Amino acid sequence: MSRVSILQIISFFIYLLYQVLILQNVVLGHTAFCFLYVAYLLVLPVETNPLALMGIGFIMGFAVDMFYGSLGLHSFACVFIMYVRNYWLNNLTPQGGYDSNDTPSLALNGLQWFMVYATPLVLLHHGVLFFLEAGGFRMFWFTLWKVITSSLFTLLVILIAQFLFPSRRPR
Amino acid sequence: MERLILFVYQNRAFFTFLLLEIFCAWLIVENNAYQGTKFFNSSNGVVATMNNFSQSVRDYFQLSDVNRMLAEENAALKQALEQQRKPVYPSHTLATKDSILVATDSTSSFRKYDFISAKVVNNHVDFVKNFITIDKGKDAGIQVGMAVISPRGIVGKVKIVSSHYSVVTSLLHIDVMVSAVLKRTEHFGTVQWDGRNPDLVDLKYIPPHVSPVVGDTVITSGYNAIFPEGVMIGVIEEVKLNDAALFYDLKVKLSQDFRKLSFVKVIKNHQQPEQDSVEQVILKLER
Repeated sequence: MSRVSILQIISFFIYLLYQVLILQNVVLGHTAFCFLYVAYLLVLPVETNPLALMGIGFIMGFAVDMFYGSLGLHSFACVFIMYVRNYWLNNLTPQGGYDSNDTPSLALNGLQWFMVYATPLVLLHHGVLFFLEAGGFRMFWFTLWKVITSSLFTLLVILIAQFLFPSRRPR
Repeated sequence: MERLILFVYQNRAFFTFLLLEIFCAWLIVENNAYQGTKFFNSSNGVVATMNNFSQSVRDYFQLSDVNRMLAEENAALKQALEQQRKPVYPSHTLATKDSILVATDSTSSFRKYDFISAKVVNNHVDFVKNFITIDKGKDAGIQVGMAVISPRGIVGKVKIVSSHYSVVTSLLHIDVMVSAVLKRTEHFGTVQWDGRNPDLVDLKYIPPHVSPVVGDTVITSGYNAIFPEGVMIGVIEEVKLNDAALFYDLKVKLSQDFRKLSFVKVIKNHQQPEQDSVEQVILKLER
């Protein structure tokens, strides 16, 4: 097993444990949740096989679900964004294309590109998650408000994490 | 046939996606069911142990609050004990036989409810369907469907039990309904959460001829076999009656702050099987 994949596995557990042990207790004003674990899924290498992407998304979502007691919700949202992710990345190909082993992180193409890449995916993830959880559109505006505040909070924390631990291009 | 296989193979990403999402949807539906899934939940050993660890850190921040609550409960219990000691009637006006009857009745060996104390290991209040995990399970005698209360009020109902942990459906779950009664006027209604503010629940089906006021106490009624009669739910915070509405819109402020839940009691009702079986007979007759 290569060094990169061992690092990936270790960071999988770090993100998961950080999410369920610490961020599970952080909810601002009953509406803003932080799902930092999405960042792990977002910065997986560009060239990862789409099947593997969805598999990893499912495992991550399932593990988070076990702790949140909401079986299926996070897995559903994760698999969904992992499916969309590659199409979205292809749309955002920078000049000269991606190198093999590139990770779509802040260090790769700068802040603006990363925000354009991450914002819709985080919004999508939270949207799917909260509307599924509410069981439809019964409380549409309240749920939408939850989606927006949570997305802002999550994005902010993802950015901070990216600045603190910049993921270098593995050579 | 070959073409079909080729087609599936070429679109394997999409089909995997579909398969996984269907599986997730099935999990969600299954988990929403009354009993819940059997194995993959937060009463599972590994998950519960880790939640336990996380809670033990959180416990330090709640110590003062837990202390105050215990002291309050102690005081209330002492007061109840004092009242028990006082003779119900002045003894000289009663025949000796009667007073003995009163005495034996209060110390009767027959108990309707048993209480099992448990610690909250994991607790959510901000979702639409919230669950609580506690650190007692089958080994401590907990069964599915038992009531859970705290010193300050009602908490919920046991949903899943494993050998050492159980998952409780919180009162803060939009599908949970509890039969309640206005203590002052003795009118019955139903308490249900609307999924927004974890401090407030709705009290429904109070007709307009009743006049509830802000500050009225709401307690559980004896109409369900799960909760004992007279457990505190909260006090009315907002009274609204629209024109031509059939019922009041009442907001009840919960007496138990669900964010600060740390110790709870699980109630075992010894007469529940009996009550259920009697009611079953009636239901069958009605049909």
